Amino acid sequence: MDSSQAVYNALKISGINFVVSLPCVNLSKIMKMVDSDKDITHVPVTREEEGFGICAGAFMGGKNPVILMQNSGLGNSVNALASLFELYKLPVLMIMSHRGTEGEFMSAQIPMGIATPKVLDALEILYFNPKTPEEALKIIPEAWKIAETEGTPVGMLLDIKFW
Amino acid sequence: MERIETIKKIASELTNELVVCNIGFPSRELYHIKDSSTHFYMLGSMGLASSIGLGLAMSCHRKVVVFDGDGSILMNLGSIVTIFNQNPDNLILIVLDNECYGSTGSQCTYASTVNLGKVAEAVGFKYRFFFDDKNKEFNFKEVLNSYGPIFVHIKVKPGNADVPVIPMEAIEIKDRFMVEIKTSK
Repeated sequence: MDSSQAVYNALKISGINFVVSLPCVNLSKIMKMVDSDKDITHVPVTREEEGFGICAGAFMGGKNPVILMQNSGLGNSVNALASLFELYKLPVLMIMSHRGTEGEFMSAQIPMGIATPKVLDALEILYFNPKTPEEALKIIPEAWKIAETEGTPVGMLLDIKFW
Repeated sequence: MERIETIKKIASELTNELVVCNIGFPSRELYHIKDSSTHFYMLGSMGLASSIGLGLAMSCHRKVVVFDGDGSILMNLGSIVTIFNQNPDNLILIVLDNECYGSTGSQCTYASTVNLGKVAEAVGFKYRFFFDDKNKEFNFKEVLNSYGPIFVHIKVKPGNADVPVIPMEAIEIKDRFMVEIKTSK
């Protein structure tokens, strides 16, 4: 199964109908699929923290929100995750292309790549690291269920080798 | 005009609109004037009022009024570019501009040298209103009767009213707000 198709299918199974996105080369196929899906509201944003604010509003308005982002954007979203999502107990699924992992060709991606799981740990945000499309297809709907039930962000770290 | 007087004037015109109110004194002042299940008070995430309002406006049919500030919008200026592009006709973004970070001790912002209304105009906002002390009898009904997205720029005096913190927990604020939205659908 194609990895992008697996993530998209998993979002559909989960009932996701609101997607905020920032580009990453690994996410481009999913972004196109989401954009052409008339049942999903797709909102490209200018920065990740802004995207989290939009997801919070969308959830309160009745939508099931996801943010598609590169792990680099986690750094500028920390306060929103703590003082908006954790404080008010709001759910969101974070589909993150995890750069700086095994197979990374760009050394500049490595520091934030290493920091990413530690930042999630510091925020006590649960995350999963599916290695194959099949695994992602199974885990993503479960992750959204947890997010929705517990009112919390849940991360999905998708390594370079996943794509 | 004082900010609290401006909020009072606007709040008195609101009926069924959902309100997202910026962190700090603006939320405290609004709560003090009038509390309602239609209010979402921000207790954190400075800068995100307009973004929360956008997500909300795109997800429900009710009108959404955001009380934002100059310091807050300057922290998240990309937000007005996204709002313009998404073009929700039910969003009213009010920037209460006192040219300072009022809740942290009135440190100056750049809003004294940069006209935020002109910024919104340059981004492309078609529906804009500007009010200052020379327009004391501003008519907010006109704003409420328009379709947007609408950018409302209001110059207010720096300073905060002497009002206590909101005696509600974050989860209580959210749950009440969501019940209000769900029951109106």
